[in-house]
Amino acid sequence: MATEFIARGQDLELKGIRKEFPGFVAVDNLDLKIPAGEFFALLGPSGCGKTTTLRMIAGLESPSKGEILLGGKDIAGMKPHERPVNTVFQNYALFPHMSVLENVAFGIRQRKLNEPLAKAEKALAMVELEHLAQRRPQQLSGGQQQRVALARALVNRPSLLLLDEPLGALDLKLRRQMQIELKAIQMEVGLTFLHVTHDQEEAMDMADTVAVMNQGHIEQLGSPEVLYDRPKTAFVAKFLGQSNMFIGKVTETNSETTSIEYKGKKITGLTKRSEKVTGVIAIGVRPEKTYFHETQPIDDPGLNILGPGEITDIRFTGVSNQYQIDIPGIGVMTVFAQNIGRSPVVELGAQVYVSWKIEHSFGLSDLPSGVEEEQ
Amino acid sequence: MAFVAFGSQTPAKEQGPSKTGRVALFLLLPGLFYLALFFITPLVSLIITSLKAPSATGAIGRYDFGLEFGNYVYAVTQYAPQIFRSFSFAVLATVLALAISYPIAYFIAVKSRNRPLLKGILLTLVVAPFFISFLLRTFAWKQIFSNDSLVVNVLKDIGIFGADSYIIGTNFAVVFGLVYNFIPFMTLPIYANLDRLDLSLVEAGSDLYASPSKTFRKITLPLSLPGIISGTLLTFIPISGDYVVASRDFLGGPDTAMIGNVVEANFLRIQDYPTASAISVMLMATIVVLVSAYVRRSGTDDLL
Repeated sequence: MATEFIARGQDLELKGIRKEFPGFVAVDNLDLKIPAGEFFALLGPSGCGKTTTLRMIAGLESPSKGEILLGGKDIAGMKPHERPVNTVFQNYALFPHMSVLENVAFGIRQRKLNEPLAKAEKALAMVELEHLAQRRPQQLSGGQQQRVALARALVNRPSLLLLDEPLGALDLKLRRQMQIELKAIQMEVGLTFLHVTHDQEEAMDMADTVAVMNQGHIEQLGSPEVLYDRPKTAFVAKFLGQSNMFIGKVTETNSETTSIEYKGKKITGLTKRSEKVTGVIAIGVRPEKTYFHETQPIDDPGLNILGPGEITDIRFTGVSNQYQIDIPGIGVMTVFAQNIGRSPVVELGAQVYVSWKIEHSFGLSDLPSGVEEEQ
Repeated sequence: MAFVAFGSQTPAKEQGPSKTGRVALFLLLPGLFYLALFFITPLVSLIITSLKAPSATGAIGRYDFGLEFGNYVYAVTQYAPQIFRSFSFAVLATVLALAISYPIAYFIAVKSRNRPLLKGILLTLVVAPFFISFLLRTFAWKQIFSNDSLVVNVLKDIGIFGADSYIIGTNFAVVFGLVYNFIPFMTLPIYANLDRLDLSLVEAGSDLYASPSKTFRKITLPLSLPGIISGTLLTFIPISGDYVVASRDFLGGPDTAMIGNVVEANFLRIQDYPTASAISVMLMATIVVLVSAYVRRSGTDDLL
């Protein structure tokens, strides 16, 4: 059934896109390339310019500067209704005065294609809502409305489907379910999807490639695994998951390892996992890559060891425990331990050491803002 | 335990509505009393008067109780041109007011949405005529249109008007005055409706391949229908019964009289109360029939 909607998605390329609003620059010199058929996520906090970028691609805003190429053709000057692009809006924007079926058939009717209702019915069948075709949108639940909005866009077989935080209004459980469905539909129809979201879990879960946006530019672009494992900037390290970060002057660096001195302690990472190896740099590690020990571990060049420190907070999250460990002279570290029965059982107030393998460190290209430098 | 708590509260909840029902009824009493006194009573009195017969004594302005249905036949045959003219003028003025008001309302509600200052100024301008009495404003138009006025003289001088042409007292002057007076009543309901228009629906229309004009016809216009309906009702109904604009004291002439003028003349000048009442009853019945047909045809109950 889904073969009805298989269309060749097209490459999208943004070249030097800039958007100025009175008083501020929403998007600044943005370059982006999305290969055909990819599920691409633009991830960032609110106000980072991701929705503005999406609206420029849809034609709802016009860029102050730059080119928007779809399948190699510049569409920046085209009106929204002339672009082979469809959008799933954040609030769904279903037409309240039309039935669900008429909503879905709207695009087909406007393009004067054959059999608008038959095509709309097939699109509704794909999202399993054919039995609600004659209802009004306001008679449907949030999740159903979301699926109608998706069918209304997909029925047109756009070269590019834009999704503007389409799951934002749904509750957590429904959101997870819709994430799975959306991903399945994308794989089935093979269209290029551009998904805008502020939910990092959603972006990592669904997208082939994620671009993290901050203050109008892209901080880092890559597969979710790479972004998480090797964040290049402090913003990415903080926005995607949690990090423990240490800032200090580089004391030694060679082809293998790079070390900094942080409040009198040596913290080491791999040189190939460092963006910068001179001057003051930040080295971070993910909390789940760290371990704590009740006795002092034996010194090992392959390990960073800090401590002892006191456990000041323990949070049980089901699959893991999250510990806050206050190490005198170092600061507070976060350690996640899987609840698989291998970590030591500790109480609040216990004195522990923290360690992690040097290959799990990552060196950033910039310094986290608001953190005092340790010279 | 929670279930037990809910269970014990259920009967108490069922008592709630009937109690609030009594309170609501009590609060409605003044309104019902008012309606009975000032609407039902005059209506009954009007119908009784419309069926009265001339007094047996032959005194002018004196009438006896009766069932003179002939009063209605007389009113229709005698005043058919004025009745026809009233509804023609009302339809024409309503259509013109809509054509003028919709773009104004659209501009204020949609195009000025992000400019509160401009929006406030424009809304004030729409309402501003209400600051001056309706009679004074209509009288002002009489001055502007009168035969030795600047406007008419300029039109004559530049040759658009012949030497013996005039505006005052024509159908044009009356319809113009009606449109002018009722534009705010058309603009405000449409504005109130368009102000709530979700612009993402318009964006969705353009995203789904509809040109701006198609988006307007398929989305904005149908969604603003409730505003258009209330605007046209607020305009059409009072215009049908208007007796100021078309009167000879204002913008009308001998051949522009509307139903309102006929009622006024029969009540206050000729003192033919039964005929005046019969016309009033017919005017009211016609409006009720027309309006209910109109509301049903436009299917607004679906949108309201």
